Amino acid sequence: MGNHSDGTPASSDAVAKAGHGEVEKFQDPGLPPHRLRLADTDPRAAKRAERQVAILFVISAIGTLLFFFAYFGIHLDQSLSTLHLQNTFLGLGVGFAMLGIGTGIVHWARALMPDHEVSEERHAMRTEEDRVAAVKIVDDIIEETGIKRRPLIRNTLIGAMALAPLPAIAILRDLGPLPGNALHHTLWKQGERLARDPDGTPIKASDVTIGSVFHVIPESLNQLTEGKLEEKAKAAVLLVRLDPSLLHPSPGREDWSYNGITAHSKICTHVGCPVALYEQQTHHLLCPCHQSTFDLTRECKVIFGPAVRPLPQLPITVDSEGYLVAQSDFHEPVGPSFWERS
Amino acid sequence: MSSATQAPYTPKTSTGRITNFVDQRVGGSGMLREFGRKVFPDHWSFMFGEVALYTFVILLLSGTFLTLFFDPSMAETTYTGSYVPLKGMQMSVAYDSTLNISFDIRGGLFMRQVHHWSALLFVAAVSVHMLRVFFTGAFRKPRELNWVVGGILLIMSMAAGFTGYSLPDDLLSGNGLRIIDGVVMAIPVVGTYISFFLFGGEFPGTAIISRLYMFHIMLIPAIILLLVAVHLFMVVVHKHTQYPGPGRSDRNVVGYPLGPVYAAKAGGFFFIIFGIVALVSAFFTINPIWNYGPYDPSPISAGTQPDWYIGWVDGALRLMPGWLFNIPMEWHIPFPWGVNTLSLNVLLPALVPAGLVFTLLFAYPWIERWVTRDDREHHVLDRPRNAPTRTAIGVAGFIFYCVMWAAASSDLIATHFQVSLNDVTYWLRALFFVGPILGFIVSKRVSLALQRKDREIALHGRETGRIVRLPHGEFQEMHAHLDDYKRYKLVGYESPVAEDGIPNENGIVTKTERRRAALSRFFFEDRVAPATPAELAAGHAHHEAIEAGEESRPVSRY
Repeated sequence: MGNHSDGTPASSDAVAKAGHGEVEKFQDPGLPPHRLRLADTDPRAAKRAERQVAILFVISAIGTLLFFFAYFGIHLDQSLSTLHLQNTFLGLGVGFAMLGIGTGIVHWARALMPDHEVSEERHAMRTEEDRVAAVKIVDDIIEETGIKRRPLIRNTLIGAMALAPLPAIAILRDLGPLPGNALHHTLWKQGERLARDPDGTPIKASDVTIGSVFHVIPESLNQLTEGKLEEKAKAAVLLVRLDPSLLHPSPGREDWSYNGITAHSKICTHVGCPVALYEQQTHHLLCPCHQSTFDLTRECKVIFGPAVRPLPQLPITVDSEGYLVAQSDFHEPVGPSFWERS
Repeated sequence: MSSATQAPYTPKTSTGRITNFVDQRVGGSGMLREFGRKVFPDHWSFMFGEVALYTFVILLLSGTFLTLFFDPSMAETTYTGSYVPLKGMQMSVAYDSTLNISFDIRGGLFMRQVHHWSALLFVAAVSVHMLRVFFTGAFRKPRELNWVVGGILLIMSMAAGFTGYSLPDDLLSGNGLRIIDGVVMAIPVVGTYISFFLFGGEFPGTAIISRLYMFHIMLIPAIILLLVAVHLFMVVVHKHTQYPGPGRSDRNVVGYPLGPVYAAKAGGFFFIIFGIVALVSAFFTINPIWNYGPYDPSPISAGTQPDWYIGWVDGALRLMPGWLFNIPMEWHIPFPWGVNTLSLNVLLPALVPAGLVFTLLFAYPWIERWVTRDDREHHVLDRPRNAPTRTAIGVAGFIFYCVMWAAASSDLIATHFQVSLNDVTYWLRALFFVGPILGFIVSKRVSLALQRKDREIALHGRETGRIVRLPHGEFQEMHAHLDDYKRYKLVGYESPVAEDGIPNENGIVTKTERRRAALSRFFFEDRVAPATPAELAAGHAHHEAIEAGEESRPVSRY
């Protein structure tokens, strides 16, 4: 080791190439001559480097002190500004503490530790002898078990081993309930009032001016004590009022809107993000996650993006007090597609 | 070890006494002898793997701190902490405890920032490290298995990142989980069941955070730790690769001894990485969950972005059109028992690109090995230009990834550059197919051009800018010839030629062999042969003929 003549052309195969009949190659000249650093020859340069390393370590110590100053000295008073200040100085303290040590050590290594590149022979990872012995051992072991001679044992073992892991899968069964038809129903039912999200106050049809948008939940949602988020994740609705002449209801759906007020599921039919962006000029709904775009005037048909199906429409009308109510639940499952959905 | 008849080794220094104590109990001397001065090659590009290792250590340290205060429960609670805008709000305990870590635990926000920043850096370092390994051919025999371990580590690092990202139960990460749920439900036959089992019922349920927490703080870090150990063990077994150059061959390893220089540099580097992460955490906010609010399935903010390493999958989801020339990508398939739904618009982008990238990534060492029939051990790396086709394949894959990654920001690209969102998507859809091909062609040509440049310099030297007028009036620029060491770096590479199919023992070139030959042509048809001494000599003769007239002024060597 440490011998710069290692890897001489004679011992080097870096340039060998198999089989292509190359005539001639440049010879490996071996490691280039070592170049001394300033600190190797000039004691004053070495001394200077030593001082620099020490200064970096002192900077690190100062950084640690800065951390303590920030931790104990800066009092949080529930405002973002003190929090910000403390975070900055904690970071500065730790940053300098770490960088001081790191740069100090690296500088020490680069300037003062020996920088002779050395060459070491690679040893074969394994010997032929070892491998022959290993193969023989494996063969002997297999032979001694007699697994080849006794297929009955082998086959029953394979059968048992194939079955044994199955309980590990079955035991996961109780991770959750079966889907059943949970995805086919929401909180909406006949007469359920449309209410504002999140406070749950019902919406009067007369309050909905043309061009306005309401984020809607079923009125009964806020009374739920359990499973509120799960129900909301299915029942969230976007209510928009357009000029009725702009709407193009398909046959059978003419009475699903009221006075140009339409209610569509807010849950994207792609992978379920809330479709919350309404472009007032174009009457498009845009999903901010993957940019599926739905045309409100055409029953939320997909006009761009990865979604395939239109947002399901909630049939609505008004009750005797003038509040908007659902005529029924959605007529199809809301949200992303799934295998059992037809 | 010493027998009674032999005089036992008696240490004289305190270092000697400690070494002796340890050695007599655990026998460490042999190991120290083996590793204490083990030679490691040095190159800046070898640091990416170190960055990955060190950020992982920082993650373990900062993560341990966070677990002391985080409560992964989805039970509802009312916020009473220090952050005024959210006071009195209903939220999950997980979100509440994350707010408390940020606002009421001194240094808690800093630790969250350190944890998140080093997580981002960790996945980045793993990715760049893999690119380095790929482009330099370090995955070749005997390191194929370590390449596979590295690939699994990349997947695990993304899994660790995603599970951690979801834990605070804020609006942004909740929508991320909603997307995962949507993708899971698109899986044929069992998707709905997996979704219900994963979330413990309907989305979002009350189980998912604590389940992800277990994966995030136990299972995934344990797997990563184990694989890192295997990875490093194999590095020791193989010894590190080295870049080509004078004095370096497949039979030796040239570099600094582990102790003290290499260990000092590598150890110091850990503190440098920690320091940089700390400074970044001091100055740049990451994931300010208090701005997003607790998870609620109804609201969402525009311009949402996943953490960078999930971007390419999210981008693929965005690129896929739901309708392709009026053909819906969601199919309703009639079966005897009824109609079932197959959501290709979700399944294809979620599975195909990632599946393609990782399959090729894992299989590549064996593909190249099969094409080249190269069964030798390689410890000297390739400069990327000297393996033009491999480099081009890597660039193509990189661009494929980057197009999807850019697509995850399509809305921000559109708003930032004030262009149509739809146009951005159309362009990216086109680039998804065309980009990798263009990247392949361009990078292959660039590699070949660089090889020609190397050849030119090796044979004719560097241009000096010194113009000399020859006696007969001709002006000529002097070239400075390289010394042998510098020249060897430019010429010491292999440039295999394309192979024809090799007939088997019956003299028949099988179909497989013909395919191999075709791939061999694809790899090695365009090649630049390394310069040979004969060419150099011929070049010298040519120059000498010209320069004969001014022998008194030899061309300067620099």
